[in-house]
Amino acid sequence: MKVLSSQENIHQFRNEIIALSGEDASNCVQCGKCTASCPIALEMDLKPSQVLRYIQVNSRKPVLECATIWLCASCETCSSRCPEGIEIATVMDTLRKLAVEEGLATGQEQIVAFDEVFLDSIKRHGRVHELGLVLRYNMASRKPLKDAHLGPLMLRKGKLSLLAHRIREKAKVREIFRQSRRFLRG
Amino acid sequence: MTESSQDKNIRIMTYSEVAEVKGFVGNFEITIRRKPRYIDETKCTGCGECIEKCPTKAANEWDLGLGIRKAIYKPFSQAVPNVPVIDPEICRYFTKGKCSVCSKICQAKAVDYDQKEEFITEKFGTIIVATGFDQFDTSAYGEYGGGRFKDVITGLHLERMLEPSGPTGGHVIRPSNNQEAKRVVFVQCAGSRDEAKGMPYCSRICCMYTAKHAILLKDHVPDSQSYIFYIDIRTAGKNYEEFYKKAQREAGAIYIRGRVSKIYEKGDQLVVRGADTLTGEQVEVEADLVVLAAAAVPRDGAKELAKILNIPCDDYGFFTEAHPKLQPVESVTKGVYVAGSCQFPKDVPDSVAMAGAATIKACAILSQDELIIDPKIAHVDPELCSGCLDCLEVCPFDSIKAEVVNGRRVASVVQSLCHGCGNCAAVCRTKAANVRGFSDDQIYAQISAPFSAIEEKSIEGAQ
Amino acid sequence: MSVGYYPGCSLESTAKEFDLSFRAICKGYGIDLVDIPDWNCCGASPAHQLNEELAFALPYRNLLKAEEGKLKTVVSPCPACYSHLLHTHKTVGEKPQLSNRLAEMVGRVYQKSVTSKHLLDFLYRDIGIERIQQGIKKPLEGLRVVSYYGCLTRLPGVDIDDAENPTMMDEIVAAIGAEPLDWSHKTECCGASLSITRTDIGLRLANEILEAAQGVKADYIAVACPLCQSNLDMRQPDVEKKYDHSYNLPLVYLTQLIGLALGIDIKDLGLDKLVVDPAPLLRSKGLR
Repeated sequence: MKVLSSQENIHQFRNEIIALSGEDASNCVQCGKCTASCPIALEMDLKPSQVLRYIQVNSRKPVLECATIWLCASCETCSSRCPEGIEIATVMDTLRKLAVEEGLATGQEQIVAFDEVFLDSIKRHGRVHELGLVLRYNMASRKPLKDAHLGPLMLRKGKLSLLAHRIREKAKVREIFRQSRRFLRG
Repeated sequence: MTESSQDKNIRIMTYSEVAEVKGFVGNFEITIRRKPRYIDETKCTGCGECIEKCPTKAANEWDLGLGIRKAIYKPFSQAVPNVPVIDPEICRYFTKGKCSVCSKICQAKAVDYDQKEEFITEKFGTIIVATGFDQFDTSAYGEYGGGRFKDVITGLHLERMLEPSGPTGGHVIRPSNNQEAKRVVFVQCAGSRDEAKGMPYCSRICCMYTAKHAILLKDHVPDSQSYIFYIDIRTAGKNYEEFYKKAQREAGAIYIRGRVSKIYEKGDQLVVRGADTLTGEQVEVEADLVVLAAAAVPRDGAKELAKILNIPCDDYGFFTEAHPKLQPVESVTKGVYVAGSCQFPKDVPDSVAMAGAATIKACAILSQDELIIDPKIAHVDPELCSGCLDCLEVCPFDSIKAEVVNGRRVASVVQSLCHGCGNCAAVCRTKAANVRGFSDDQIYAQISAPFSAIEEKSIEGAQ
Repeated sequence: MSVGYYPGCSLESTAKEFDLSFRAICKGYGIDLVDIPDWNCCGASPAHQLNEELAFALPYRNLLKAEEGKLKTVVSPCPACYSHLLHTHKTVGEKPQLSNRLAEMVGRVYQKSVTSKHLLDFLYRDIGIERIQQGIKKPLEGLRVVSYYGCLTRLPGVDIDDAENPTMMDEIVAAIGAEPLDWSHKTECCGASLSITRTDIGLRLANEILEAAQGVKADYIAVACPLCQSNLDMRQPDVEKKYDHSYNLPLVYLTQLIGLALGIDIKDLGLDKLVVDPAPLLRSKGLR
């Protein structure tokens, strides 16, 4: 039985999200327009409006562990249509970072892996080396031959460089990475 | 309306509007603009031959464009008086100097193209405002087609279709191809409860009228299916909840909890994309017709009318009542009453109740020769007044006027309008303005009276 | 006229033809495109998904480099790049806390002097419909084109006419002599950000968009985003296979269409780099 009154502060999660993102989930009346607008709602476990609901009732773990926050494509359709003006896509971003920080990002682990490989490419070259990205990601996700049919096609059309384009101030970018903290706090 | 028009104590002035209001309760001097209908009301018999023969057509405002009218027309079939009006913007006589068939054909010789706008000024004791509401322009919602889709209509359009003597003869049809609509989607809160793009408030009437539409639709089109997208169903009224259940149980309407995100055209049908928050799914409905329950907003020109009547209104244009709980039919300005949806959207029984209340309160004023008012109202001593008129600036009820007394400009309180709030007294530098009984000296006297009694007693005690 | 240019990572590889065609038409209009010196990746989606400070710092460095290069205005063909530059510029102006932190991380203070523009804005307002019309040598008559905006119109702070029913691209399409068609999926997300990790979703969304375009009998889909183009073009054969349906709908960059109308050579516009070949239709309509 979920006893709501047993929680010390039922607004804790909601307050945390306000502090990190500026968005107040309490403003949501659960109209469902975000869920209705989301192009990826079909594949999501929690729908966008449900994510907002879970924040409202202080249900932290299910949200941080869900697939939804990773499947969100940041298309901002929900944010642009919310009648209360809530930036839902921003909330999703905040939840992603919280999930990773707390080691709870189990919803779509391959997407976290992809993000990390992508950022690593930027860290090393200053720009993304697309071929390198795909190869390393495929290895990490244990699907070495995925999309292999596209490789030769893209190479033939001169749309895939074998070598990475490197910027001059690579060290500068590496320094930026070293200094970056997950959240802009305090 | 016909009954009213025949009552000897009621004078109906149609096609007219209030242009200026001077004076105050019991003594309003009102100027009314009477627009020319180009028909002599005293001669016209209402036979309608002119309308039949008129060659010019236009979209009918009453039918929201679903039907047509002529350049000479009666706004709706039961219009009072039973006299047509000519629309000079499209009438061939007015625009090109041609035609004039109506004039030629009129046996009563009632057509008068030279009729002019008239202003009449008369004295009135009280004013009741009941200007009603309009529908929010739903073309603001680009995601619903932005007004481009013929088969996306509003509740009022459906009302016109459902009427047996209406533009579609009582048939619920798809405006795009005139085929009967079978799969009808109703979208509640189209413009209401929307802080971002519409009105933040709930328009109160739509849950009920949509349930009504679903019931009537089943009547008119027995093999139809209604899909109603809602956020909350508000049925706070006598028999309202039972009515809503009837829409579901008897008319088979399916209620889906969730806003509609998008409506688009696919081939010759509409696709409505929404959500069912209760099952947690995104859903789609392929529809013939979509009816938007548009938010109720004040009539166009309500804010301007408020200025003319000297009554306050809120940001949306709804006229402000004197007290939200205890004085719902009085405006802040004495002698001006409000009734119906011009104060805020409401259903028929509430409007009728308000109309009755406003009328009896107005009658209370009219039935007296003198008005008894609260004595705790302000007064400006012309001897002390410097004529700065700061009090006039701060008076929320517009009850201070500038006057010339002994060659000097001074402020003067209109007693019947003053509410005794004391703003003028607070702001007056020369202590000329005071609420009667509450001048500074009088208040000091009130304070020192009990203290001097205590003082006396303690001196006595000490002795 | 000289303007700053931020190509972004994809325009160097999978969207090479976008870069080629934009440079070609700018040359035709006498516009000097000046690349931001030593620009870095804007961070795309991964940065703002995993690290807030990084998500601002990467675009911040680009804005600084633009200032260094005395570039007052920067055009970004990629909507995501544009969005990150804009968002960083705006937030730095609004939050001193962020501004200080970024200056600390990157080592210099951004003077907030750079105006970011997205490609459509630049074409529509800085070049303008009139100038586009005047330069036309080969109007694309008889070509039925749907304009696909993707999520561009919903980016926070974007300068666009209407988020739900934009017409900027449609007007440009009309200006170059083609027939812009109204359709239902102008601003529907294509799911490109999931194209690699959840290819199934990318294919589903691509299929819906292609289906809608085919439904109005479009010849081409005009695009202004490298990711949208890639998902709908490079993956089109995969979509056709998965959904057992033939589309053969070329995804042509708006800049390529403009280039065609300006009479620029097909090779210089990179038209041969598109996976679904637009050339046969051009030949059959006598436009090449």
